[in-house]
Amino acid sequence: MAETTEPVSHYQQLYHDAESTLPGAGIDWVAERRRAAMARFAALGFPGARNEEWKYTSLRPIEKRDFALPKRAGHGLGAPDLAPYLFDEPATHRLVFVDGAFDADLSRIGQLPEGVTVQPLSTALEAGMESLAGHLGRYADPEGTPFVALNTALMSDGVFLHVPAGSTLEWPVHLLFVASEAIDGIGVHYRNVFVAGEGARITAIESFLGLGEATYWTNAVTEASAAQGAEIEVYKLQEEAPSAYHLATFEGYQGADSSVTHHNISLDGRLVRNDVNTALDAEGAYVSLNGLYLGDVRQHVDNHTRIEHLQPGCVSRELYKGILDGRSRGVFNGKVVVQPQAQQTDSDQQNRNLLLSRGAEVDPKPELEIFADDVSATHGATVGQLDEDALFFLRSRGLSQHQARNLLIFGFANEIIEAVKIEPIRARLEDRLVQRLPQSETEED
Amino acid sequence: MASSQLEEVLNKGYEPGFYTDIEADAVPPGLNEDIIRMISEKKEEPEFMLEWRLKAYRQWKEMTEPRWANIRHPYIDFQDIVYYSAPKSFSDEDRPESLDEVDPKLLETYEKLGIPLEEQKALAGVAVDAVFDSVSVATTYKEKLAEQGIIFCSFSEAVHECPELVEKYLGTVVPPGDNFFASLNSAVFSDGSFVYVPKGVKCPMELSTYFRINAADTGQFERTLIIADEGAQVSYLEGCTAPARSENQLHAAVVELVAEEGAEIRYSTVQNWYPGDEDGRGGIYNLVTKRGECRGNDSKISWTQVETGSAITMKYPSVVLRGDRSVGEFYSVAVTNNYQQADTGTKMTHLGRDTKSTIISKGVSARYGQNSYRGLVQVGKNAENARNYTQCDSMLMGDTCGAHTFPYIEAKNPTAQLEHEASTAKIGEDQLFYLAQRGINPEDAVSMIVSGFCKEVFQELPMEFAVEAQNLLGVSLEGSVG
Repeated sequence: MAETTEPVSHYQQLYHDAESTLPGAGIDWVAERRRAAMARFAALGFPGARNEEWKYTSLRPIEKRDFALPKRAGHGLGAPDLAPYLFDEPATHRLVFVDGAFDADLSRIGQLPEGVTVQPLSTALEAGMESLAGHLGRYADPEGTPFVALNTALMSDGVFLHVPAGSTLEWPVHLLFVASEAIDGIGVHYRNVFVAGEGARITAIESFLGLGEATYWTNAVTEASAAQGAEIEVYKLQEEAPSAYHLATFEGYQGADSSVTHHNISLDGRLVRNDVNTALDAEGAYVSLNGLYLGDVRQHVDNHTRIEHLQPGCVSRELYKGILDGRSRGVFNGKVVVQPQAQQTDSDQQNRNLLLSRGAEVDPKPELEIFADDVSATHGATVGQLDEDALFFLRSRGLSQHQARNLLIFGFANEIIEAVKIEPIRARLEDRLVQRLPQSETEED
Repeated sequence: MASSQLEEVLNKGYEPGFYTDIEADAVPPGLNEDIIRMISEKKEEPEFMLEWRLKAYRQWKEMTEPRWANIRHPYIDFQDIVYYSAPKSFSDEDRPESLDEVDPKLLETYEKLGIPLEEQKALAGVAVDAVFDSVSVATTYKEKLAEQGIIFCSFSEAVHECPELVEKYLGTVVPPGDNFFASLNSAVFSDGSFVYVPKGVKCPMELSTYFRINAADTGQFERTLIIADEGAQVSYLEGCTAPARSENQLHAAVVELVAEEGAEIRYSTVQNWYPGDEDGRGGIYNLVTKRGECRGNDSKISWTQVETGSAITMKYPSVVLRGDRSVGEFYSVAVTNNYQQADTGTKMTHLGRDTKSTIISKGVSARYGQNSYRGLVQVGKNAENARNYTQCDSMLMGDTCGAHTFPYIEAKNPTAQLEHEASTAKIGEDQLFYLAQRGINPEDAVSMIVSGFCKEVFQELPMEFAVEAQNLLGVSLEGSVG
């Protein structure tokens, strides 16, 4: 593994300096987990170029910059600044985090049913909540990847969402992680824990939003556990600042007949890596992973997904679509593993890429690892362009070249956006997509 | 699944597992510069060959054995291998000049394997080069081919008879420092086949090489070089077997294909090295480098492989599509039964304009077999209008085996159209039941279903081979139905 490099010692120092002030420092189990995770990160280090999981994504730019921990300073953002990014219809429980910390003034948590917890993680850690102790780090194992380890050691905030058996959280929970102008040089480590008890239902929206031009690093981890018959739906919208680094891990763990749907929409940021994993650990579990990634200029966006079929009779569906323009680079690595006892698995995974410009590149790799024989597993990956015939058809109807082109690009992306069930989010995504399409006629054909 | 029936089907022996007791002339085990000099001397090679070997050896010494493939095996002790072994009768001054002088024991060996070397008995239309351990024992139809200017001979002969061609092409597709096993081969390769088809000539018959490992503790390191000059066409087949032994033996070959403008090369392999016994003891480590280069415009290279043997296989027959409008194809059936492990696939490197590649891969795993498809489709910045279609299907028999797919795609050109598809299938009880109802015994039923699964690949094989491949598949899977 990695030798102790300078960046590693930088983060060791950060941890050492902040140890006593990090949320939950006074709680034994919290402090102990942070300590162990830091040791793990030190052992793992930043993954190098020879690490197969990072073959196409270099982390040098993050390593080179020693990102500091968030400062406890005013950010100067008010409700009007955020208004365009909020969803008021339907009603949501809203938790706003700015530059690494929960902001109570900007947040609004509505009436909660009996037994339901919706709390900033910092508060839950400070209180050393028993219910959190049983879940934190159980699905996103700090032993696993360096960034889950580092996140566990340095996590400053996020949400703890616990809906016990039989309860339903009517409103979606909207988590808004905002990076202000003042965040330059800062690394934020958000941690979210979603726990749905038997038959419970959770819908969560994770918005990552960069409002300025700052260069910062978001290292987010979300772990979600769906017990028997539970349903969790997560919308992750990544709209970081243009020079931001964004690494995010989602770890799902599913019981019998549970359902997890994860929408991963990646629009901005300079260097983006998403790891979306789930383990189907009881019969009848269902997972659906939807992804859309847009790359332009010199953006680099890497999506790694892993679906682990551990038990019989589970179903997985995955569709990731990428649109790469400018000098951007897209990476997709989707792995489906079917363990020997996971008979009657039904799995389908598709990755479609639209390569729009000469300087763009895409590296898709759909992987299957199958150890059971009574299985239906398929996957597919394509790289292509806009259909010339379709372009011609639209032009013959009087659309200009760029209108026709944009319409087709929009249509390509829309398959993912259509899967978004919450109307205002869908509308907002459509808007954002239209803005991202090339506006001028000067685009090359 | 009807396990006892399947079990029965999976347990048929490895028929070519016999050993021919023949006096051998071998170098001592181990590898160093002296051994390489010794091999080069035995083969009376020109100076440039020795230099080339030594250079490769020096590169090899700096490399480490690759461990990235999805296979598990102990590290190989390269000092414990005999790098050259030839039947004694071939090392004497009076080595056989014609087939009549060849040791009858050798001819018998090939006879027993179903490869008659006497031309009158041979299948019409197939010329054979027979390689036994480190030497080529006979090449049939040489004269007939020579009439059209086609050179088909053992590599050793080529080094003497057309050194300028060897020097011009050797190592230009697979350079001596390409990878660990290719470097090792470059240093110690003993024999193999050499084919040169001149401009505009369409080779009138199938060319084939039959490789046989016989001696114990030896490795086989053959090297094949096929050149199809402008507008030429050739179809080449290779087959391979080895005695059943409880130790592992190494086979590290290199195959280089060069297709000049408008040329077409079809290369088919039926690989049936000894796979080891049902407890995973013994068997060949088949670690080979095969690569073709479509050097000229409008050229085409097509690989077809049926991989049923070997304990371990790491093999990626590839095509570099350098010429404009060139075409690369890869058709593969890989079977892993018992404790066999295969990590195989292809690499299509699109560099020229309007290049096309097709990949069809079928993996069958049974018992504890592990079968991986590993492929790379690469489209360079200037490879306008590249097209690739990839399909890899797996079939599993039982829940103790595994099928893995690792397809890499790297697209750097916005006009590329690449498609990859994969699926898994199994032999359904309903299928077996249906066939049983019609009086077909389970053994034939399994064989029939698997043949159907592999049909797209078999139909790419030359007729003689297609029949052999079908039979081989039946044998390889014997007892695997469980």
